[in-house]
Amino acid sequence: MDIDTTQLWVVIVLLGLGSFGLRFVFLGLIGDRPMPPWVLRHLRYTAVAVLPALVAPMVVWPAATGGALDAPRMIAALVTLGVGYFTKNVLMAIGLGAGSLYLFLYLL
Amino acid sequence: MRSDTPRSAYWRGVRDGAPFLLVVTPFAMLFGVVATEAGLNVVEAMGFSIVVIAGAAQFAALQLLVDNAPTVVVLASSLAINLRMAMYSASLTPHIGAAPLWQRILAAYFMVDQTYACSIATYETHPDWTIPQKIAYFFGTVTPICPMWYAMTLVGALIGSAMPAGLALDFAVPITFIALIAPMLRTAAHKVAALVSVALALVLAGLPYNLGLMLAALGGMMSGAQVELWMERRGTWT
Repeated sequence: MDIDTTQLWVVIVLLGLGSFGLRFVFLGLIGDRPMPPWVLRHLRYTAVAVLPALVAPMVVWPAATGGALDAPRMIAALVTLGVGYFTKNVLMAIGLGAGSLYLFLYLL
Repeated sequence: MRSDTPRSAYWRGVRDGAPFLLVVTPFAMLFGVVATEAGLNVVEAMGFSIVVIAGAAQFAALQLLVDNAPTVVVLASSLAINLRMAMYSASLTPHIGAAPLWQRILAAYFMVDQTYACSIATYETHPDWTIPQKIAYFFGTVTPICPMWYAMTLVGALIGSAMPAGLALDFAVPITFIALIAPMLRTAAHKVAALVSVALALVLAGLPYNLGLMLAALGGMMSGAQVELWMERRGTWT
């Protein structure tokens, strides 16, 4: 599996430029120009739409179990969600979520 | 009026970013290890982490390079994984779009899942913050996360041996993100947005090029916006 050095650096540089472009496109080009209300209304839900979509497959089909549904991981995800929702405390949610993961990995 | 100065906002960002070291440290080390195993030298592995600075896209690009995929395919697939960054960029624009250009360029370079997620969660609960405070907070979250991404890639590339599997570190990513999202589910609109995006992400998981994630995210955003509109019309939106 010899990777060609030229191809490697072409990929690194172009992927870097492309990723920067995606990150800069709105922040850089729109800047402080006002956006229409309907756009802002959608943008308010970016975080609660992108991040759960990113995480859901990792919870239901964990890579570590070869994609099989895993009770300790599912319980840990629900504990984290519940603690975070009711306490609004991110650190406590991480702590109790990780604690429940190790507890149930040990018990089950 | 809050007494937060840019300096205190910066340190608050550092504190809020710090728990993500749990994710970034093993992930970056793993990248260094995998890159070394794929035949990259230390400079090449570091080049990836410094120039691209995007975990999932780096892993995908490396895997495709190992599989001898054509350059165009490597780039298209990896950039598709990073498309969500354009959504983050749009989402941050109402908050820090008025900052000086050089600050926006730096913020764009350091925009990763963790710095975005911390910042947007905090901006929403501090609508009175000024732009210097918001920028200071953003770079506060960058401070523990991004240098560690470089450093741990280097460590992984130098030791080049596999990580212990018994720590279940694979689950650090879901736990830290769920912990950050859960407190953001304040209104019915936010809850519907998250539910729709989870359902769509699972149903569409089989789509290539990470399309499932993009469609699920768009579906979630549209549902949230729609619920907000309904509630506004019925006068129940606060």
